[in-house]
Amino acid sequence: MSIEYLGLSNINGPLIALEGVSDAFFDEIVEFVVDGKERKLGRIVEVYEDKAIIQVFEGTTNMSLKNTHTRLTGHPMEIALSPDMLGRTFNGIGQPIDDLGPITSNLKRDVNGLPLNPVRREYPRNYISTGISAIDGLTTLIRGQKLPIFSGNGLPHDQLAAQIVKQASLGGDSDEEFAIVFAAMGVKHDVADFFIRTFEESGVADHVAMFLNLANDPVVERLITPKVALTVAEYLAFEQNKHILVILTDMTSFAEAMREVSSSKGEIPSRKGFPGYLYSELATIYERAGIVEGINGSVTQLPILTMPNDDITHPIPDLTGYITEGQIVLDRNLHGQSIYPPISILPSLSRLMKDGIGAGYTREDHQDLANQLFSAYAKVGDARNLASVIGEDELSPIDKQYLAFGKEFEERYIGQGVEENRTIFETLDLGWELLGLLPKEELDRVDTKILDKYYHSAETANQITATSSLGSIANANLDKAAPKEDK
Amino acid sequence: MLNTGTIYGINGPVIYLKGNTGFRMSEMVHVGKEKLVGEVISLDKDLTTIQVYEETTGLRPGEEVVATGDAVSVTLAPGILNNIFDGIERPLERIAETSGGAFITRGVSVDSLDRSKKWETHMLVKAGDVLRAGDIIAEVPETRAITHKCMIPPDIEGEAQVLSAVSDGSYTIEETLLTLELIDGSKRDLTMTQKWPIRIPRPTHHRFPASVPLVTGQRIIDTMFPIAKGGTAAIPGGFGTGKTMTQHQIAKWSDADIIIYIGCGERGNEMTQVLEEFSELVDPKTGNPLMDRTTLIANTSNMPVAAREASIYTGLTLAEYYRDMGYDVAIMADSTSRWAEALRELSGRLEEMPAEEGFPAYLASRLSAFYERAGMMHNLNGTDGSVSIIGAVSPQGGDFSEPVTQNTKRFVRCFWGLDKSLAYARHFPAIHWLTSYSEYLTDLGSWYQDNVSPKFVDYRNRLMALLNQESSLMEIVKLIGSDVLPDDQKLILEIARVIRLGFLQQNAFHKDDTCVSMQKQFLMMDTILYLYKQSRALVTMGHPMSVLKEENIFERVIAIKYDVPNNQPELFKQYRRDIDAFYQRVLEKNA
Repeated sequence: MSIEYLGLSNINGPLIALEGVSDAFFDEIVEFVVDGKERKLGRIVEVYEDKAIIQVFEGTTNMSLKNTHTRLTGHPMEIALSPDMLGRTFNGIGQPIDDLGPITSNLKRDVNGLPLNPVRREYPRNYISTGISAIDGLTTLIRGQKLPIFSGNGLPHDQLAAQIVKQASLGGDSDEEFAIVFAAMGVKHDVADFFIRTFEESGVADHVAMFLNLANDPVVERLITPKVALTVAEYLAFEQNKHILVILTDMTSFAEAMREVSSSKGEIPSRKGFPGYLYSELATIYERAGIVEGINGSVTQLPILTMPNDDITHPIPDLTGYITEGQIVLDRNLHGQSIYPPISILPSLSRLMKDGIGAGYTREDHQDLANQLFSAYAKVGDARNLASVIGEDELSPIDKQYLAFGKEFEERYIGQGVEENRTIFETLDLGWELLGLLPKEELDRVDTKILDKYYHSAETANQITATSSLGSIANANLDKAAPKEDK
Repeated sequence: MLNTGTIYGINGPVIYLKGNTGFRMSEMVHVGKEKLVGEVISLDKDLTTIQVYEETTGLRPGEEVVATGDAVSVTLAPGILNNIFDGIERPLERIAETSGGAFITRGVSVDSLDRSKKWETHMLVKAGDVLRAGDIIAEVPETRAITHKCMIPPDIEGEAQVLSAVSDGSYTIEETLLTLELIDGSKRDLTMTQKWPIRIPRPTHHRFPASVPLVTGQRIIDTMFPIAKGGTAAIPGGFGTGKTMTQHQIAKWSDADIIIYIGCGERGNEMTQVLEEFSELVDPKTGNPLMDRTTLIANTSNMPVAAREASIYTGLTLAEYYRDMGYDVAIMADSTSRWAEALRELSGRLEEMPAEEGFPAYLASRLSAFYERAGMMHNLNGTDGSVSIIGAVSPQGGDFSEPVTQNTKRFVRCFWGLDKSLAYARHFPAIHWLTSYSEYLTDLGSWYQDNVSPKFVDYRNRLMALLNQESSLMEIVKLIGSDVLPDDQKLILEIARVIRLGFLQQNAFHKDDTCVSMQKQFLMMDTILYLYKQSRALVTMGHPMSVLKEENIFERVIAIKYDVPNNQPELFKQYRRDIDAFYQRVLEKNA
């Protein structure tokens, strides 16, 4: 039986020092009993011969140098795993908080996880239809991808994530099991409530495992929340063969918690006071997305982060962008024009898109069409800049066409309803319809053959769209990946 | 007897041992019961500091640390190519077999190279021969594309006589091939295997100046900002600007013999992609899979940070070893910023005094030591080989003034600056022609003259001049619009557009456009400049640009990259005729 230590030698913010310990190891979990009743957990972050520095998850309130009993558990942070975790709600360190009793399972895992061997990874290629044109058409989400939403305070990132969950979960083959792991780090109560309500309304609540560390919960707990959630996700995906969508919100709170702990440890800060290992820490979270060769499950990550002051060069979004496979950036201007979802498409990107679209996945013209829309929309920006200087009337006819295209594109292609679920073919056809507003010579990103097949200029567009949308309905029925009608 | 020590303290990947352990600097050690691999990084008379290349979770004070007597080194022998290693040359395939799962467990002990595989060996020396360090003793067909040359290790001094040598046959990398009598009279058995410490450059005879380009098939690189064989280049760019894509393209299509691809702190899926794609893609020169000439070093961003620091040196040492055989080797280091950040992280753990943005003060000297290991060399055995380094840089916030980019700029001679606004407009490769430069251009001038065309450099400079004029004209256009410009300036804008879309932009996913021969690059320039010459003549005669643009000749020239296959340069003659016809038509129409 392990020894209990009475008393502490030092308390500093969330960190405490314990002297006279023997046989402690790095990253070990310790249990505290404060005043004989309150139980807390902590993690050893530094260890010397007989001294351990311990990070307390629930905060050091009430602890004194004398009233605390400490016990070394002899193992790193672990969580019991079972398929019954779906439909349950946990706190930030994986303890059930829904009064349905503890998770009983002999299977326990270290929450830190292990790096996935690149030779055993399978390169992700299956696209997930989200029913949102700006994502499906231009920044396609691929199963096994990590695609964060870069947002700002007050922007509808939660609605967007909820819509993706609702619409993506209805798609796919019925024999494949789909589940959601939701981890909230330092979010407001109403945000957590919004997600809980959404999951209930869309009937997926029994497929969701929720890990909640709310804004007023202890900061240190936040550091472990995504790791606990991802350990559960990996278990469900790679051992229970489910397709898991992990939503992590808000990664900014996670990084800020790291800064808080780092500074109380007296570490040397790098940029904006964040510790030098912010990149490595974020990477150990994001890299836990993926597909393993020969296993019929996947972990897809959809982290949400709010950019402080909408600044995409802030260390948190910046380092995230270097690790994740693309990003979806939300824009305050579009939001101001009541365009939902306000996805700013130029800085948005999906790195895995190129291998998961095209003939055999979506349609042969998808890549060229996306390139052309990006390029045309970039020119819209130039034309608008020019118009703001010399006035719209003075623009050349082609610039005026671009302005018209830009307006239509934002309202009809980017903008769509909160409940609207477009098939990939509707999205692609809409893209061609909008390109019809521009003269054919301007479309320099499209292979000549594809251009001849799909391009119809706006004058003849009316009759053409009628026939092509008929065609797309027929295609949608044939295609298994297309979302089904409401169940 | 090997030195041992006892763990006193643990702080992430850094551990401390108490007392004077007798360890040496940079010595490799085995830490704890799980025998984690580590390296000695600082010594004090009562404290030894070690960085551990694996996760230290579960390590306790009091566990034993055993020295190995050797510096951290790599094993050099056949079997390196067509393989994927972690940062300290452990084959990931074997780790997966040994640990039996998809995840990399700790303390896995595997050999760097297969010790049981028999290699078909052709001996080049016999008893009685006198050899020196570096001399080639045997040839082994390592892959279909590359013949491995076994050499006398560089640490053998003076002349050594071969006492006995085996005959041709199949041998493992550990079987003795020959016995030498060294200059001091002692005997030494040699196998195919060499060991070399990763932090020490392998010796060469002397260095050559750069004179031959590393032809990559990428127009903006080969024509505008070329890199020489044995040269150094940096690709800085914010996320999503295409650093990795550019490196993949160079790794696929460049005319180096061997590619060492170092994935340093980058995404796991990217390494998987390279592995999959390179096994399928065929090298246009040899007809073999690209993996046959490629070695991957993977330390993905969630693998231990200390091994990330080592991965760069591991890759370099492998590259130098193949250079010694007389091959042209190109290193893709993606990304050197992650390596610099690993330095920063370890430096922070050691509580060293930080310089700019928390990076250690020795960042610049480490970077220069890294890039200076590149070069076109005359080897000890009389062959010539080169190591070219192409390092990606990931500046924070896309800001090129940060310390890693700035210090890298000092030590590379070729700078391919990636631009966010080009990437947003999906103009790829997003190498910006105004911020990039190559100091090799003058060195390589005579090569272009002899091997492509005497006019090549002149044409290249004329394209650059047009692009520069466009940029200054755009300043005016931004204020007053393009309609008010005189026609000759409108023509410059139009031709610059043709250059940007038709020449600089290159589609990596198009079968003809992904890799373009030097000859086609030259003919494309030739066609564009001929179009400019004829159009300018028309404009000078007073024909307005609006009339010229009624013709589709500009669009047709832009589409040359798709419409003319690499192996049909004769089609370019038709374009010249078409430009002439366009010239005549405009003249007649407005006569």
